[in-house]
Amino acid sequence: MSLASSVLDGERLAIARLLSQIENNNPSGQDALGELFPHTGRAHLVGVTGAPGTGKSSLVNRLAASYRNPPKGIPQLKVAIIAVDPSSPFTGGAILGDRVRMRDLSGDPGVFIRSMAARGSLGGLAPTTASMVQVFDAAGFEIIMIETVGAGQAEVDIARLAHTTLVVEAPGLGDDIQAIKAGILEIADILVVNKADRPGVENTERALRSMLELAHPAPRVFIHHGQIESLTSPESTSEGNGFWLPPIVRTIATKGDGLPELVSAINEHQQHLKETGERQNRDRARLQAELDTLIQTNLVYRWRQHVSDSQYQEILESLIARQISPHQAVEALLNGGIAA
Amino acid sequence: MSERKIRVLVAKPGLDGHDRGAKVVARALRDAGMEVIYTGLRQTPEMVVEAALQEDVDVIGLSILSGAHMALVPRVLEMLQANGLEHIKVFLGGIIPDEDVPRLKELGVVGIYGPGTLTEDIIRDVRLAVNGTSEP
Repeated sequence: MSLASSVLDGERLAIARLLSQIENNNPSGQDALGELFPHTGRAHLVGVTGAPGTGKSSLVNRLAASYRNPPKGIPQLKVAIIAVDPSSPFTGGAILGDRVRMRDLSGDPGVFIRSMAARGSLGGLAPTTASMVQVFDAAGFEIIMIETVGAGQAEVDIARLAHTTLVVEAPGLGDDIQAIKAGILEIADILVVNKADRPGVENTERALRSMLELAHPAPRVFIHHGQIESLTSPESTSEGNGFWLPPIVRTIATKGDGLPELVSAINEHQQHLKETGERQNRDRARLQAELDTLIQTNLVYRWRQHVSDSQYQEILESLIARQISPHQAVEALLNGGIAA
Repeated sequence: MSERKIRVLVAKPGLDGHDRGAKVVARALRDAGMEVIYTGLRQTPEMVVEAALQEDVDVIGLSILSGAHMALVPRVLEMLQANGLEHIKVFLGGIIPDEDVPRLKELGVVGIYGPGTLTEDIIRDVRLAVNGTSEP
């Protein structure tokens, strides 16, 4: 039986192996992913981002437990978790510690947790996170949670990948200017104020609320590889009725407080995406972004095979000696490389 | 374009609550360019093996100071076997009396390290066990 068909059957060892092959850009992993791709597109992807220490891992732990132990009459869902932690820029090594907060989930065959090192990627996700999501999707996990590196203000990649993005804040981490900075808050579909038993929770919530009220129902447009992209269809925002105002949910993840409210907020957002056609728009934008990223990576890789190390070194040395400018260096490398 | 990194699970099975040594080793392995999954204190052998499966690690490093190694280690090795994970190399650190070492090695533990071990030695042995060479 092929690796792909074992993954479709939900075999855990096969899933784990394929995830590694994909993470390592192994060609056989790409082949298996090709077989699996038609079976993807069913899962709901929940992104969880926010500054370090806001309690993302604990929240993911509780959220997964809520999906595994739903109230009576609500179906139990299978949950996959991808937790991304930073790689050292110097050694390439990493310590992946998110499982420490997720021990409640162990022993449950309906949960699969995978830790990932960012491997040099900025933006809070690893280069192969999107592909790993597809493996879990094909394997029949209904909820896939992606926890980003806790860098804070620039992790917009998650909004491109997830259907519902949670931005986690905690009292006492920065003033209200942090809240109106561009980037991280604009990507929130749901704002979570975690550690809500801490002093200052009212201030944090007020700052977030005033930020939301100030915000015009702007279409979710961002610049990606120099191109303006939109996450929202123009109709849904201009008419106003399709506009989603991010709710603010207070939680205390360590105790489980606020989790039922958070689950309902995610369900409502899921419903909203479906009714407004926004889900299709997001899926479209995500796949286009993935395509563009892959083109970039592959072009660089192919080009690099045409340029010898000595050519590269020679041009680098002229650059360092300031004989040529960075732009001229690129020009020389691209032309020389392609001609050679 | 393939890039493989050594993945290591560092776990503390059993009930002792002292993980300084485990953290020092985790940090040293990270600095050697490996990806270290740290799972924290008080893990059962079941939890260790489940995490090793999901994370598809090459190596498990167990830290045991409680004296329960003759109960915990055989159980971990048994469960690895039962789950088709016999390729994973198991290392052990902590307070392990000399007389237990031969039996543990016979069971399949690759390396055993007591207090005073140099982290370079652990890094070398892990690379050797996974890649067949001590080169990074």
